[in-house]
Amino acid sequence: MRPLALSQFTATSAIGRGLEQTLGALAARRGGLAPCAFETAALETCLGQVPGIDAVRLPGPLARYDCRNHRLALLGLEQDGFAETVRRCAARRGRERIGVVLGTSTSGMLETELAYRRRGPDGALPDTFDYAATHNPYAVAEFVRRVLGLEGPAAVISTACSSSAKAFGAAARMMASGLIDAAVVGGVDSLCLTTLYGFHALQLLARGPCRPFDAAREGISIGEGAAFALLEPLPRDAEPGTIALTGVGESSDAYHMSSPHPEGLGARAAMRQALSAAAVQPAQIDYINLHGTGTPSNDSAEAHAVAALFGRSVPASSTKGATGHALGAAGALEAVICALALRHGLMPGGLNTTAVDPDLPLAYLTENRPAALARVLTNSFGFGGSNCALLLERLGAERPHA
Amino acid sequence: MREPAAQPLGAYVRSIGVLGPGLADWPSAAAVLAGERPYVPAATAVPPPAALPPAERRRTGETVRLALAAGLEAVTRASADAQRLATVFASSGGDGVICDEICSTLASAHREISPTRFHNSVHNAASGYWSIALRAAAPSTSLCAYDGSFAAGLLEALTQMAATGEPVLLIAYETTYPEPLNAKRPLAGAFAVALLLEPRPAEGVCARLEAGLVREAPDALGQPALEALRAGVPAARSLPLLRLISRRDTGRVVLDYLADLRLAVTVIRCP
Repeated sequence: MRPLALSQFTATSAIGRGLEQTLGALAARRGGLAPCAFETAALETCLGQVPGIDAVRLPGPLARYDCRNHRLALLGLEQDGFAETVRRCAARRGRERIGVVLGTSTSGMLETELAYRRRGPDGALPDTFDYAATHNPYAVAEFVRRVLGLEGPAAVISTACSSSAKAFGAAARMMASGLIDAAVVGGVDSLCLTTLYGFHALQLLARGPCRPFDAAREGISIGEGAAFALLEPLPRDAEPGTIALTGVGESSDAYHMSSPHPEGLGARAAMRQALSAAAVQPAQIDYINLHGTGTPSNDSAEAHAVAALFGRSVPASSTKGATGHALGAAGALEAVICALALRHGLMPGGLNTTAVDPDLPLAYLTENRPAALARVLTNSFGFGGSNCALLLERLGAERPHA
Repeated sequence: MREPAAQPLGAYVRSIGVLGPGLADWPSAAAVLAGERPYVPAATAVPPPAALPPAERRRTGETVRLALAAGLEAVTRASADAQRLATVFASSGGDGVICDEICSTLASAHREISPTRFHNSVHNAASGYWSIALRAAAPSTSLCAYDGSFAAGLLEALTQMAATGEPVLLIAYETTYPEPLNAKRPLAGAFAVALLLEPRPAEGVCARLEAGLVREAPDALGQPALEALRAGVPAARSLPLLRLISRRDTGRVVLDYLADLRLAVTVIRCP
């Protein structure tokens, strides 16, 4: 594929608002997981909750979009001057030439959950409940499009936990076809009771903070987040240090709705495709940000998939021990973490993992490691066997290669 | 300033599947749309997905079954190899019955959700079951653009084909919500359409499509019951396109997409 510049990017999650806080938390190995104190949830688990969402106020004309997911989206857009950068890009390229492709798994579902508690005697939902502007998956793209004043094509990818990684692929294809000149991509997913009680029903919630790749891992910690990137064509004279998306790989497990293929066949196919789209060999990858949810079967499948392609020498870690699993936003959140890793030469060691599972054939990092990075891969896998891998590179960063 | 498109976004239609109220399959839908047969609306008859093993089959609801049935019709008509076929699933709302059950349970004192219902509640459930049923490991995406989900799916299928040069199966589908959600999101019925799209004029293709973004009003259908279906179900916003194809005609339609953006599709009769 033709490489695209991430000309601006930002992330908001349990470890911070914007890039500076996110990088600071990663560098200081400061996690954002805390015992569950969300809404009326009574579950023994930890959450990666973003502080301050309730205090966010939507601008008056967009009041009908008010819900936790869109408050989080707005909070995310306001960090690092992201919205301003997009508006300048729109003034330069034309508002109709910029697409919006975002990923979410549950969108504003929390609004529907709350509305069901306020059903009238006739069973009807309250008048104030606005399905189209809150719960429908597309609502977040429509909201972001309106906040940014864009008039190009838009869609929401909703493929569970691979959603916002796949949004990068869909937007890149729109750009390659000439339909648009630039795209706002990303993911927004926020806490709701459906995912908390749903993962609880599947017995996939860890009681303590999740411990990806630990021998004693027992499940996930659910998180939330908003992460965005502005994709633009890579200029011929791109400055050294520019972060570029150079490969996207997608596949289906065709195995089971909620369990990965045990040897990670689909995951392997997605990673291989991302490498081939970028014309990069496995040995040229410096770091892998793993999907690494912390469930016994997910981590095992991913480790085998990585080992099959890369051997066991490429340093790899999951940042979900810090942020929690932001579900539909995880792909974009971890793409931004990878962009930070490339820019600042930091491989973030996974948090909470004390004894790496000896059965997992992987060079799992439990401590931060500084290193000049040229190419990194990030994995996102979801229910339904939906897999996506993104390859990001730092321009002008050719490392001496053995 | 604008980069010109390398070539217009286009594809050849190799086969079609349709399942909707009073529309049992593509040949019967085509006869109705071409005006050869009257339209008699009736509840959509959704068959159980024979392609799935019994255990998986039992876990599927009407939404997944509807999407699979339309997709299977298109694949069967073309004798296509579904295992290697990339898919795009377009739907506004996913499974409303499951959503209602989960929200009712969460509003009750006992919040025990069924694990199967939870993993079936994801927007990409149809894609997941499709890949399991057909052993299809190719890339698959599931997307939403509210009432414009069909056009968004067609755009994704066309841009994907432009990038890979491989055929793509587009499946757009929608079922109705039970009350109380139905009052907030009323839909006219269960409807699904599947288009098997080819990058080249392969044997058996019936039309070439070329698509572009416009700001005109979307086309409506003259026949009131068909227009009610088009306006009442996001996946049925495809009907003006299907009508043009059914007439084995060359022409142009404007399909609903976003509030301020539409998709114009030129249909060129093949061969």
